[in-house]
Amino acid sequence: MVTATAEPRSLPAAEGDGHKHKKNALSDGQGRLAWILLAPTLIIIAVVAGIPVILSFWQSLHQTNAGVDPTTGLVAGGDKFVGLQNFTAIFTGANPVTGSFGTMDRFWNAFLNTTFITIVCVILETVIGVAMALIMAKAFRGRGIVRAGILVPWAIPTIVSALMWKLIFDSSGVMNKIIGKEILWLADSGASFWAIVIADTWKTAPFIGLLTLAGLQTIPAEVYEAAKVDGATTWQQFVRITLPMVKPALVVAVLFRTLDTLRMFDLPYGMIGPGKYRVETMSVFAYQEAAQTRYGPAAAYAIILFIYVLLVAFLFVRILGAEVIGDADAPKKKKKKGDEEPAGPPATALEMAGGAH
Amino acid sequence: MTFVRPGRRVLIAAASMSALFVAAACGGGGGAPSGGGSSAAGADFSKQGDIEVWQGKDTSGNFQKLIDKFNSQHPNGKVTFHELPDSADQQRQQMVQNTQIKNPKMAVLSVDVVWTAEFAAKQYVEALPPDQFPTEGFLKPTIDSATYFGKMYAYPSTSDGGLLYYRKDLLDKYGLKPPTSFDEMKAACDKITAGEKDSKLGCFAGQYNKYEGLTVNFDEAVHGAGGVIVGDDGKPNVATPEATMGLQTLTDWFKDGHIPKAAITWQEEQGRKAFQDGDLIFHRNWGYVYNLANKTDGSSKIAGKFDVAPLPGITQPGVSSLGGHNYAIAKFAENKGTAVDFLKFMSSPETQKSNTLATSNSPTLEAVYSDPDVVKKLPFMPTQLKSIQTAKPRPKAVEYGDVTLAIQDAAYGALQGQTAPDAALQQLQTKLQTLIK
Amino acid sequence: MSATTAEVREEHLSSEEIAKLAHPQRPLRQRIGVVLSYVGMGLIVVYCILPFYWMVVSSLRLPTEGQSTEFIPSPASIDNYKGVFSAQNNFGRSLINSVIVAGTTTILVLLFGIIGAYALARLRFRGKVLVLWLIMACSMFPLVVLLPPLLKMFSSTSPFTWFPYWINTYQSVILPGLSFGLPLAVWTLTAFFKQLPVELEQAAMVDGCTPGVAFRKVILPLAAPGVLTTAIIVFIGSWNEFLLALTFLQDKDKQTATVAISKFTGTTGFDTPYGTIMAAGVVVTVPLLIAVLVFQRRIVAGLTAGGVK
Repeated sequence: MVTATAEPRSLPAAEGDGHKHKKNALSDGQGRLAWILLAPTLIIIAVVAGIPVILSFWQSLHQTNAGVDPTTGLVAGGDKFVGLQNFTAIFTGANPVTGSFGTMDRFWNAFLNTTFITIVCVILETVIGVAMALIMAKAFRGRGIVRAGILVPWAIPTIVSALMWKLIFDSSGVMNKIIGKEILWLADSGASFWAIVIADTWKTAPFIGLLTLAGLQTIPAEVYEAAKVDGATTWQQFVRITLPMVKPALVVAVLFRTLDTLRMFDLPYGMIGPGKYRVETMSVFAYQEAAQTRYGPAAAYAIILFIYVLLVAFLFVRILGAEVIGDADAPKKKKKKGDEEPAGPPATALEMAGGAH
Repeated sequence: MTFVRPGRRVLIAAASMSALFVAAACGGGGGAPSGGGSSAAGADFSKQGDIEVWQGKDTSGNFQKLIDKFNSQHPNGKVTFHELPDSADQQRQQMVQNTQIKNPKMAVLSVDVVWTAEFAAKQYVEALPPDQFPTEGFLKPTIDSATYFGKMYAYPSTSDGGLLYYRKDLLDKYGLKPPTSFDEMKAACDKITAGEKDSKLGCFAGQYNKYEGLTVNFDEAVHGAGGVIVGDDGKPNVATPEATMGLQTLTDWFKDGHIPKAAITWQEEQGRKAFQDGDLIFHRNWGYVYNLANKTDGSSKIAGKFDVAPLPGITQPGVSSLGGHNYAIAKFAENKGTAVDFLKFMSSPETQKSNTLATSNSPTLEAVYSDPDVVKKLPFMPTQLKSIQTAKPRPKAVEYGDVTLAIQDAAYGALQGQTAPDAALQQLQTKLQTLIK
Repeated sequence: MSATTAEVREEHLSSEEIAKLAHPQRPLRQRIGVVLSYVGMGLIVVYCILPFYWMVVSSLRLPTEGQSTEFIPSPASIDNYKGVFSAQNNFGRSLINSVIVAGTTTILVLLFGIIGAYALARLRFRGKVLVLWLIMACSMFPLVVLLPPLLKMFSSTSPFTWFPYWINTYQSVILPGLSFGLPLAVWTLTAFFKQLPVELEQAAMVDGCTPGVAFRKVILPLAAPGVLTTAIIVFIGSWNEFLLALTFLQDKDKQTATVAISKFTGTTGFDTPYGTIMAAGVVVTVPLLIAVLVFQRRIVAGLTAGGVK
């Protein structure tokens, strides 16, 4: 029942793949109105996010004068323009630290940590989330309670959540009590990596669960019935029917979770603490540099992170074809029988939810 | 895929926008206004008016009372207490940020002793006029902690030194006296644990998590072995056999279990809890533990069973690392006259005594330590006084954040067994030489 | 087994057989499936609730027992809650501030987001994808590095001397909060509006409405689940925000709940008052949970709206 309201820009109505373009009867010559309606949003974003971003770009091309005058002991202060030095400095290995991947420059350590944490977290969240969705799709009564319960991890403020996990992971805390061993979760060790993964997955797996559930509910039962009649096993049903049809929802969910986990700050900072190289992410590193009033390098690292995030988003969209903008302008592969719109849009809703700071 | 083309459009749009904004941003010479600008001479210390004191939480309620008292005596300039978050790092962040934006209301800052060099060098605070701020009566280390390049940049308000808490009941049971060296401590522990046959009973712990407390404990160990981190000439000299012995001692104690393995994650509170639960014979901590460990409400299992002693050394008498806070006057404060008056008020003997009785924080005026009321309520004060008088400061550096991180890297790596102590200290020496010139 | 394939006999069916017809026995395999799914649901609930349970339990201990690991607090005490609302902490006031900030942010986000999403979903103009990506890109920058420039801006420091002085005002937190909530809202609402066919509005316009009224009266109600979802997401995000509030709302009377929690100390300044902080966490979370529970049908309907259609 859903129609594709494709908005052709300046192309004639007919396109090569022959699908109908519905010219939106409401939308003639409405460019000006559109810009008026979008103006508040764009102005706010430009002023409150755009200008600081630009300023950060500018800041990343400077360094603070740190020289100490030998007679008065005072620091000269002020900024000097250094071009791209803050960016190239990460390749000189001037600041080696030892992390989970050996000894390397602190920036690359943070980069590898961030990437590794993201990969592990996202994979775990996806697996657990999809499992949750499958279970919830089947169960009949009590679904409301489960849905309510699932939203609990989300509703707790992050600073409280970080402290709560700190309490749980304390060396004499309840986690060790249950396991029976004394694992040093909060030291700078391999265990702290897993502490972060556990805490983050707890908070975000439910998202992927709900999103996938939405996707699952778009699959009409008849498809499964037909497959059963044809003799498909449960596994085959899962692989051939379920997975492909939840793919749009799932991909969008995974995309936004990945982007958010790449920028992870609160958990490593609040639960483990700064200066622990095994779990230092790029956000934490940039923050620490800014705290040391090295605003130039801090801005440079944040920009690199920003570009990294943007690149990952691009790749996702490119390779996996995430329907992030619904059907806007993207030539879609239309199914022959009926216009089944993949459950992209409801997915975005919840996934952006995961992005709420 | 159509997404690539819009991406390029985004770049073009962003580029043109940025050109516009860079033009706007350039107008003011966009950069941190720290330092530069006004020289210290000519700071106006006469202006009176309302000011704010920026400090961490008032845990006892006494600070507000003191402020009210000052306000009643000082009608032409009232003080408001601006509370800062609990964490020291965030307190410093707030002060630095508000200096950058030249907040005129922020006038008096409670500056941790290790921040003095940074705040002075980067001109976040004013050099104090020496005629208005006499130094007689103050403990020497506290005055030293507020001085930079010969000038005083803050006025001492509270101090702190490390103490050795010990289980008097256990030591008495085995006829032992409080140890003065680590070897004596080890011998005492072995005797006690052999006799008590309690597998949970640990020997000793300080603070070894990777944070400022580790720097403190490392500092004490190094000094206790006759080494230094930064020498008297102001140059780092930590790759010495003495310093190595200090770090080696701690590492060995971790290895053979005299320091519990879990202590690598302990800050002050975890150690205090272990001691109060009866799981430690000896414990290094600050003065605040005394009254808490003596509480009879059930939170402490060792109330009345412990005492304090000076820190044990390794080859030398124990030396504690100096802690505490000083009050400084913010550079861009508008009403520095009131700030000056407030500083004098807070460091007067009556105020210090009142503060000490309420919070059990250690004062900076020597006379307060022998005040009978103080000694009655806080019997550990005489030991604390000795601890502070012989205390040594942590390295003074403008970029103290980097220095302490480097120290923590070295110490933590060695304690976890990942680096050999001498190698760790070699690396530390190299790093410090670039940081402290 | 399958009573459904039972042939209709000429005789009357016995009551047993009728009973069997009325309640067909499900095959064992299916039964196990049902049981397993209930077990699975139980696991899910436990997974989600257990750490929260720990938080609640920790808040109900004696204040000095903050780090105890007993599963049930004994003795249970509400001292921590009393401590949270003690005069020192000014917690009640900070809750009100949080409500003001989060509420205003949500309302403004909805307002601007809805009209913006309308433009993107219904109107035809060039540069749509550019706008969408720009909006998303601006929310990808880590907040921690945006803070120094924002601080300069809101305190009228150069190069922003032309900007009004906004330190200690609500708008200094609301506006950056908007810049994080708007991308989310715009994208979500655009998707929701797109899903609803234009014909509905066209039908309303045939009846004589203008496009705007048609949108308001026809589409918005239908998109209500989606709008509600967005509202709750933005509200929770703004409620939990910490760094902005810490930096800009400095006065004790203006600070929000999360900042107030960060300033909790125990009795000494060294100790982390786990008890009071967990209690404060419960106090801050429970209203959200109740709101979520009350609206959860709507939320999930909103999330699955596209699918159900």
